[in-house]
Amino acid sequence: MNDALTNFLLWSGNMVLALVISPLLIGIINKTKAFFAGRQGPRLLQLYYDLAKLLKRSSVYSRSTSAVFRIAPCCVLAASCMMLLLLPAACVKSPFNFIGDMILFVYLAGIGRMLTVLAAMETASAFEGMGSSRECQFAILAEGVLLAVLAALVMLTREFSLSGCLVTLKLNAWLSGGTSLLFLAVAFYLVMLCENCRVPVDDPETHLELTMIHEAMILDNSGPDLALIHYAAALKLWVFLSFLASLILPDLGNWMVWEFVIYYALIFLLTISIGVVESVMARYRFRKVPQFLAGALAVALLAIVLAAVFGGNWTK
Amino acid sequence: MTDISEIILSALLLIDLALVVSSRMLHCIKLAAMHGLLIGVFPLAMWDFSNGGMPHFGVWFVASVGVLLKGLLLPGLLRHAMDHAKVKRELEPLVGYVESLGIVLTLSALAFYFWIRGGVTPTGSPLLAAPVAFTTMIAGIFIIIARRKALTQVVGFLIFENGITVFGLGMAVECGLLVELGIMLDVLVLVFVMGIAMFHINREFSHINTDELTHLNEIDENDDSGESEVRI
Repeated sequence: MNDALTNFLLWSGNMVLALVISPLLIGIINKTKAFFAGRQGPRLLQLYYDLAKLLKRSSVYSRSTSAVFRIAPCCVLAASCMMLLLLPAACVKSPFNFIGDMILFVYLAGIGRMLTVLAAMETASAFEGMGSSRECQFAILAEGVLLAVLAALVMLTREFSLSGCLVTLKLNAWLSGGTSLLFLAVAFYLVMLCENCRVPVDDPETHLELTMIHEAMILDNSGPDLALIHYAAALKLWVFLSFLASLILPDLGNWMVWEFVIYYALIFLLTISIGVVESVMARYRFRKVPQFLAGALAVALLAIVLAAVFGGNWTK
Repeated sequence: MTDISEIILSALLLIDLALVVSSRMLHCIKLAAMHGLLIGVFPLAMWDFSNGGMPHFGVWFVASVGVLLKGLLLPGLLRHAMDHAKVKRELEPLVGYVESLGIVLTLSALAFYFWIRGGVTPTGSPLLAAPVAFTTMIAGIFIIIARRKALTQVVGFLIFENGITVFGLGMAVECGLLVELGIMLDVLVLVFVMGIAMFHINREFSHINTDELTHLNEIDENDDSGESEVRI
């Protein structure tokens, strides 16, 4: 079997795995939180049961909504899936990579968000409008951080595709300029918490509270639509975790099996770390969230400065 | 190769930024303590173990004094002063946090830019040392200027002094260490003096906001005499 075919099979295997086990990540986060709180907590597979239950029901649509509200959940899921398509799997580049696909990556996240917001506004509920307003306010800042992280990655690797950037970082990149990469990883972790509506930006567990952001926007979705949205959120979490794992993971050369093992281990460890963050921290008040994101931006900019200092002699 | 020294320098850079945005007094003091500890370890990290063998007495001495003074004693004193003067825990910044971050980050980027363009780093000393030192000094001065509390001004001074230390150690000036000890003593005295001053300020006026010191003027009362422009 030739190399290209092996790589393609590995990559698509990873893709299928991502589609199957991404809801598990939410279960892991909830289990971690339950562990910290000393509770039994929901089952690891709870989200699968929820999705199955929701898919059996029928959706209810408000009279004020139009077709946008109905197609939004599908489009959100499609956006998440496309983000997944652009990502490499451990050390295998995505076959769909092209120059500048990182911009597409950022805007796919934007499209998903825009449709959620539009659908929320269509319901004409004041509550959902408020959630949308908050979501957009924070998203602007988060997008800036994401772009700064990607810019720094391009500076470091001189590669212009997402897969190229994430895959070509060699082990000696960590040895020669690990601090800059570490800053990037930290900035990306912070923006991941914001993009996926986790504590300290948004609390996914606050239902029907004035403080919630993402949950406020999907209050009117029901049945299969809600299932699609939940599934898309889980997939987006996987996408960001996978991005971070490939960012941290150096290219180990011939040790491809180990690379995959470490890659999955990293994803699960990072998931647990999100759970830990949620257990030990409270959600920030709204005034503080822009500061939080500005901090993330500062860390990303520092990474760029450090990258400029050390130059681009980090890759093969 | 990434040395431990460069990791320490990057950590210092992060702490500088965190200090500029932190809104709690205790948080500030803890960050300053971390800053001090890292600076204390810095000369050991700078030491070339592969060539020079074990570091000689002077290096150990400077490191231990750094850790004890900058990392433990001074923050401890600050903490003590904070508890005694019953300071309000929130800082009252003159410049908002995000704006402060922007200013310090811009100045820091300029420091990096000019150092890379025109600076000369001696062989064997980390590339980051000088720009990080300047950034630290900038952050320190900024905290002195932009935060009102007397305690934060001491913290700012400490950070500023740490910046000088990084410069001295990072540039590996041989007698830099000696100069350092002298400066460190100055700071120690300063902290004592400020502590005492703060205590008095607290007793007299029940706050330690330096801005309010202008109200000590008597002219404040008889404004009708037309001498109010004498107020500073």
